[in-house]
Amino acid sequence: MLRYALKRLTSLAVSLLIASVVIFVVVEIAPGDPASFMLGINAQPDTIAALRAELGLDVPKFQRYLDWVGGMLVGDFGTSYTYRTEVSGMIADRLWISLPLAIYALMISTLIAFPAGIIAASRRGRPADIGVMGATQLGVAIPNFWFAMLLVLLFAIKLRWFSAGGFPGWESPAEAIKALTLPAIALALPQAAILARVMRSSLIDILGEDFIRTARAKGLSRRQALWRHGLRNALIPVLTIIGLQFSFLIAGAIIIEQVFFLPGLGRLIFQAITQRDLIVVESVVMLLVFAVIIVNFMVDLAYAAVDPRLRART
Amino acid sequence: MNRTLILGGMLTGLFVLGAVLSFFWTPGDVQAMNIAGRLKPPSADHFLGTDHFGRDILSMIMVGARTSIAVALVAVGIGMGLGVPLGLAAAAWRGGWLDEIISRMNDLIFAFPSLVIAILITAVFGAGAINAIIAIGIFNIPVFARLTRGAALSYWSREFILAARVAGKGRARISVEHILPNVTNLLIVQGTIQFSLGILAEAGLSYVGLGAQPPIPSWGRMLADAQTMVALAPHVAIIPGLAIVLMVLGLNLLGDGLRDHLDPRLRVIRT
Repeated sequence: MLRYALKRLTSLAVSLLIASVVIFVVVEIAPGDPASFMLGINAQPDTIAALRAELGLDVPKFQRYLDWVGGMLVGDFGTSYTYRTEVSGMIADRLWISLPLAIYALMISTLIAFPAGIIAASRRGRPADIGVMGATQLGVAIPNFWFAMLLVLLFAIKLRWFSAGGFPGWESPAEAIKALTLPAIALALPQAAILARVMRSSLIDILGEDFIRTARAKGLSRRQALWRHGLRNALIPVLTIIGLQFSFLIAGAIIIEQVFFLPGLGRLIFQAITQRDLIVVESVVMLLVFAVIIVNFMVDLAYAAVDPRLRART
Repeated sequence: MNRTLILGGMLTGLFVLGAVLSFFWTPGDVQAMNIAGRLKPPSADHFLGTDHFGRDILSMIMVGARTSIAVALVAVGIGMGLGVPLGLAAAAWRGGWLDEIISRMNDLIFAFPSLVIAILITAVFGAGAINAIIAIGIFNIPVFARLTRGAALSYWSREFILAARVAGKGRARISVEHILPNVTNLLIVQGTIQFSLGILAEAGLSYVGLGAQPPIPSWGRMLADAQTMVALAPHVAIIPGLAIVLMVLGLNLLGDGLRDHLDPRLRVIRT
């Protein structure tokens, strides 16, 4: 187990290294110099040069890359070009919206998908199954930002149960959670549809296994066999998908934040892009990629811990 | 022919037809503004109503379908054009350096949140249809490479491949002449799925303003424009969304139907 963990840790480090190089290169070759952008078209060349020096843009690119990565390793994400504040502080503020939103959405998606998948699998081919499968077809076809707009239309404008957007802050947790509810539902729906399908097909595969027949032969009812032996075994592929979905939730959150005017990482990234605040763009994207890679790494480790057969494979 | 295939084909065909027709004729002019007749609900004159500039929404949907289909189709083309040869090569020289690199790259790209990177690419290189195509297309490459490699590997151990090798054919030639025809069905089915994901991705990018730029109509942009007018004229927000849903639903059904029709055993990648 330790050897497996070390091996995965090495490949994790390599992934992160490559990711950081790719992000740095993509952002660096972007047209437009931040210093001349900030000073406008009438700026004198020496003013621009002075600002470039102040922002640390005059050092060689390779050195800047090392500084950036080295800083991130100790939690220093650099200083924002436009706001002149610590990027880490800006990210931390926004993270308090984006992260709870993603987790909230993941919870909703799981709460919908598990029962739906189990019902569909245990009533395979019957109306309940056909209904669930039809709903999932629709669920994967609906763009989450459009679903968000429909939710706003119904629950904020027509029924006035929720506000149409904005975030009141965490001073009153109940209000904060309420403000995140519609965004989380919008974010969760397509993921719930995918998860329900995976849950269903995984359970159907497992229910055809010999050990389920054995369980039935020793006198367990279909329901008992499903709950005691089927479900636990069906969870492996479901966990993989939940791990993968985290990345979709993070990316989806960026767009959903636009719909609900939530000041999260998504809005930060768009602001930074329009202001050519490259250091913020780089750091936020790196952080998102880091989160996704770490989550997938943990899912892999969790499997290996549960199922020894998987350790032998890679 | 099964019902899924027919329904999916009809839905997809409807949008493709609308897109093609829009080159020759649309019910209204998508460039002409008519402020007096803005935000009108569906009527006999304007079958799907008018938007905030008084443009005919049906015409906008038809021209928008062009954008969506073009972006998604070229993105699938990029994915297949690069991914399939890479996958075939990786399987042909299994365990070689190319196979190793491709497998590593695939793992890495799957770890990236694709939409985040697409946003980064379009934001850095400028918003527009071409950059949206590239951003979406890049993520199609590993999907096809991985799928092709897996499917091709299962054929390399078969007798007819052995026969071809005994006959003196090289690995590259076998890949093209014997492996590729056998994985085509799988590629077609995966292609429709990636196509539908491309439509969704394009809608998302143009919704946040990073897709096709005005005055080119696109469904995502129509939704972004409609957002502030949801309370005044819900149809402006509902109709473009429905277009996306029906198109994506149609393609997904088409993909499922094709799979069942061509070979029910096919395993495709769905995320």
